[in-house]
Amino acid sequence: MASSGRPSQLFRNKTKIAAIPMILTALVVFVGGTIWTIVYSFTKSGLLPKLKWYGLKQYDRLWSTTKWMVSIENLAIYGICMLILVFIIGFVLACLIDQKVRFENTFRSIILYPYALSFVVTGLVWQWILNPEFGLQNIVRDMGWESFAFDPLYNADIAIYGVLIAGLWQGSGLVMVLMLAGLRGIDQEVWKASRVDGIPAWKTYLLIVIPMMRPVFITTLVLVATGIVKLYDLIVAQTGGGPGIATEVPAKYVYDAMFQANNLGQGFAASTMMLVTVAIVVIPWAILEFGGSKKHG
Amino acid sequence: MKAIQKLLCATAIVSAGSASATDLEVMHWWTSGGEAAAVAEFAKAFDATGHKWVDAAIAGGEAARAVMVSRLTGGDPMGAFQFNHGRQAEELIEAGLLRDITDIAEAEGWKDIVNPPSLLDACTVDGRIYCAPVNIHSWQWLWVGHKAFTDAGVAVPTNWAEFAAAAPALDAAGKLPLAMGQQGWQQSGAFNVMMASLVSGDVFMSVYGDKDTDVAGGSQVATVFQAAAAARDMAAKSTVQNWNDATNLVITGQAGGQIMGDWAQGEFAVAGAVAGQDYSCLPGLGTNPRLGTGGDAFYFPVLKDEAQMAAQTELAALLLKPATQVSFNLKKGSLPVRGDIDMSSANDCMQKGLSLLAEGALLPDTNMLLTPDTANQLNDLFTQFFADASMSAEAAQAAFVDIIADAE
Repeated sequence: MASSGRPSQLFRNKTKIAAIPMILTALVVFVGGTIWTIVYSFTKSGLLPKLKWYGLKQYDRLWSTTKWMVSIENLAIYGICMLILVFIIGFVLACLIDQKVRFENTFRSIILYPYALSFVVTGLVWQWILNPEFGLQNIVRDMGWESFAFDPLYNADIAIYGVLIAGLWQGSGLVMVLMLAGLRGIDQEVWKASRVDGIPAWKTYLLIVIPMMRPVFITTLVLVATGIVKLYDLIVAQTGGGPGIATEVPAKYVYDAMFQANNLGQGFAASTMMLVTVAIVVIPWAILEFGGSKKHG
Repeated sequence: MKAIQKLLCATAIVSAGSASATDLEVMHWWTSGGEAAAVAEFAKAFDATGHKWVDAAIAGGEAARAVMVSRLTGGDPMGAFQFNHGRQAEELIEAGLLRDITDIAEAEGWKDIVNPPSLLDACTVDGRIYCAPVNIHSWQWLWVGHKAFTDAGVAVPTNWAEFAAAAPALDAAGKLPLAMGQQGWQQSGAFNVMMASLVSGDVFMSVYGDKDTDVAGGSQVATVFQAAAAARDMAAKSTVQNWNDATNLVITGQAGGQIMGDWAQGEFAVAGAVAGQDYSCLPGLGTNPRLGTGGDAFYFPVLKDEAQMAAQTELAALLLKPATQVSFNLKKGSLPVRGDIDMSSANDCMQKGLSLLAEGALLPDTNMLLTPDTANQLNDLFTQFFADASMSAEAAQAAFVDIIADAE
């Protein structure tokens, strides 16, 4: 019974119709949920959300809690080191594999394989590897180097780097694959031209290829950065926040406050602060990125 | 049409048949060897009534409580669940999520049989009863493994002072003086035990009961913090996480002792160790024999299904029956909630506990005095204190006073 006339105004733009469920989800779940969380972070909600106003006291307490300060510091250390190292390792591995090595598929699979494991498995594996009694330290000592000591997870000062090792092991493969895809997307003519001009390979990579790979870098940055902010399961599996509170992270603080301390208000305040931190980083970048491109278009 | 009618009849019969035998999902966090053996006694007794106990165990009390609360608040209640009674369930009761079981309690005469009465008080909100206490657990025990001390060539200590004095000898013999799991609840638990045992009971009550900051910052509590700092040195080489792994170090003679609640006894029993011969148990750290009366209780969520509600009623009554109380508590290593049953088959350690219970040398449990929020803040403080040897006893006490000042 399809009418042969003009399609009604409503159905003219099918793509917009198709997007309505997603738009609604985004508005209700993300925006609505965010506003709800922020509103309730000013209340004295315990186990259940209650609109009992509490002013800024949840934030006061948050910023005077040692565990929160340690969490922020850990996230900063982990985040900065992770971003820098994962890019360097991923890119170098991609360049090496790009040299038309034999068994490329095999190497690529081996390096990407850790990414197929969940953070929980990764955390447990590295907990065992870094355990001084039956891990790496023990193996090296058995080989004869009796004084060898490597137990980052049991030393509060460097425990977060033990977590970083596991994070790098898990995340480098993905970055490598993305970078490799980017490298393969570079026109071979570019390489031929640089060879004709006698430019060394490392210079070509640094000055020509990397700037051409900008979109790949941005995609990777977004993937890696979101992974950093939501860091939680790796910590729970590998260290449980310990030794002491040395490897606590904000996401775990939120969970602990909400579900162990039965203090939703405190958890909401902490998650609002996480949102603010992300916003401080993302908004200027978004303005630069998208605000700039509008002028061109 | 006839076929459908027959089918409907058949379903009706089946569902009528199942009304008397209902599946009831019971959630708890009793997963260690001794605990699992104990909870199996409840399951056996419940299955014998014709219903079916659907076991839903979640390892770790903290994780289990989070799942339970989110299922209740999310509108997907289970049939029954274990909780530490006290202030943890306050808000769930206020929100009307838990079933009022006062009628069952009155029919079974719980008021007259539950001893000490404070257990039932902890289940009571505004005069209505919401939970069935099943056992009494006390934190205030020092478990001493004889093997470690004989190996080190020193006498088995009988109180905390002797234990602390023997620590260097154990250390020299390559033994861990004090085994302690690296989890906040174990560390703050151990501290609270020292608070209850090393100074007078009034101090414990004014700090945790009245939240008196002058006492919390005072000299008596300072001595407790000094003792805790000493315990930290003794446990410095302890790398285990779970409490039962720490208990295992004591059982196998690798560690001298452990401060842990009476549930540790179940682990000794499973390992076949004999009280007084292979290990000793010192209530109140052997210094001030005095027990806290915390414990486990079962709560029953409000359900819509009549048959399930009936099964809940049967389970609630069953939990406090003399036979179930005896079989459960013997396996669990905890004390029964009723004083009128025969516990002569209990071993040395439980007899010590029973006699303290009879004497009334009792303190309320911290779960009854502190909100989960305050308890969690204390856990964080003691996790930090026990892991970081550079944190002084004075600094920890100052942070402690702040938390007590904010407590409700």
